[in-house]
Amino acid sequence: MDALFLQQMVNGLTLGSVYGLIAIGYTMVYGIIGMINFAHGEVYMISAYLSAITLALLAFFGLHSFPLLILGTLIITVAITCAYGWVIERVAYKPLRNSTRLAPLISAIGISLILQNYVQLTQGARQQGIPTLLEGAARLDFAGGFVQITYTKIFILLASFIGMGVLTYIIKCTRLGRMCRATQQDRKMASILGINTDRVISYVFVIGAAMAALAGVLITMNYGTFDFYAGFIIGIKAFTAAVLGGIGSLPGAMLGGLILGIAEAQFSSVINSDYKDVFSFALLVVILIFRPQGLLGRPKVTKV
Amino acid sequence: MKVPILELRNVDVFYGPIQALRDVSLEIHEGETVSLIGANGAGKSTLLMSIFGQPRAGGGEILYRGEDISKKSSHYIASNGIAQSPEGRRVFPDMTVEENLLMGTIPIGMTHAEEDLQRMFELFPRLKERRNQRAMTMSGGEQQMLAIARALMSRPKILLLDEPSLGLAPIVVKHIFQTLRELAKGGMTIFLVEQNANHALKLSDRAYVMVNGQIRMSGTGRELLEDPQVREAYLGGH
Repeated sequence: MDALFLQQMVNGLTLGSVYGLIAIGYTMVYGIIGMINFAHGEVYMISAYLSAITLALLAFFGLHSFPLLILGTLIITVAITCAYGWVIERVAYKPLRNSTRLAPLISAIGISLILQNYVQLTQGARQQGIPTLLEGAARLDFAGGFVQITYTKIFILLASFIGMGVLTYIIKCTRLGRMCRATQQDRKMASILGINTDRVISYVFVIGAAMAALAGVLITMNYGTFDFYAGFIIGIKAFTAAVLGGIGSLPGAMLGGLILGIAEAQFSSVINSDYKDVFSFALLVVILIFRPQGLLGRPKVTKV
Repeated sequence: MKVPILELRNVDVFYGPIQALRDVSLEIHEGETVSLIGANGAGKSTLLMSIFGQPRAGGGEILYRGEDISKKSSHYIASNGIAQSPEGRRVFPDMTVEENLLMGTIPIGMTHAEEDLQRMFELFPRLKERRNQRAMTMSGGEQQMLAIARALMSRPKILLLDEPSLGLAPIVVKHIFQTLRELAKGGMTIFLVEQNANHALKLSDRAYVMVNGQIRMSGTGRELLEDPQVREAYLGGH
């Protein structure tokens, strides 16, 4: 097999798994309150800054072994980002729960602008960066050439798949997961059964933020740079992944992310990397024409 | 006299400018089976939902064991011993039978879950066969059994049932009412809302008749069954 193809496969999987993590936040929020959380990309951006700040602080206090450093960064970043997710829902969406469908959408765009400007003011408009944490790469030789995978990429793949696995387990098998699904399928009935649906909705925002924070740490590790505007394009990509997989569907978001990542990487190597975003969105358009509900989404059936 | 387990005092409910319930008063005592009969659109389902605050009562009081719950949240009310099998069953379509039943345990936790699941499977053997099947793939009768069983999983002090016979084959209706009779015999307090007045009145200790959002008549099940007006309006004449 072609070495370049395999190499791009690995790159695409890495990128796609991170898209998938962010897409989870879009799809779960849409599933439970039918709203696109346009501020979700900014939540990711915040977590990128948080991860860099945490890393610097931990290193400053003399923590230098990679496993401890990354574990500490993950825990602190996820915790603070969750707090952001929770506060955003409380402040910007909950008060609008019973108003028109458009109101929380506008509120979301507002929050997105506020967060961008807040970060720009406090952290500066310049690009920020962190040094490479994990040096080295694994090299796989075979007849047609070789594939090189950096340890960072291997770490990203492992971490994001573990993240998705844990989340899938929570949603499928735990009481909290059942409460989330029940609220998603019939909110009124869920409240009649004693579920505090407002609290469940808060949990969903927190879960989405946690996944975005994981993605934030991983992407920052991989690229090393970010700025206050970083949430926009990756947010749009992750949203595309969610729609591609079928918005509202959890496995759909993960699958959509992987497909988008792989397609982008392959397109970059075969045709032109400048047009990879155009290709991603064109792919979305084509899939929506033939499968409007997305790959794993279910069409809305109206029973008569 | 003992405090009723559930009492409505002069309750008014509005949907925007439209008044759905007008000065409704009724009471249910512990251990009783009480039914509310009336035509389609009389406000029966509204009454059951207003007990859960959806919609909220615009006037009057809803007392549960003497405490006014008309301003409380739905989940608070459910957590304190009132369970409902609602209009249209509303089982969670994408969840299995077992998961649906487990949703009933929210107010009391999982301590009795396994034991109560077995109890429900004895009460409705059909559900046992379908344990791992998704609720949307089941027949209307099976979904109705599931909705009742789900409500019972919270070990309620009072069970509210909205039209358990709606759209079901006569033999299934018979089976469901048989089960309700067993439950009542076991001491369960039941408040049943029905269009099928014949079945409902035969099951009930007492009943209320609702017309256009108002309580028109009340009496024991037997009295109402023999009342010429009720016979004329709800039992097909004869």
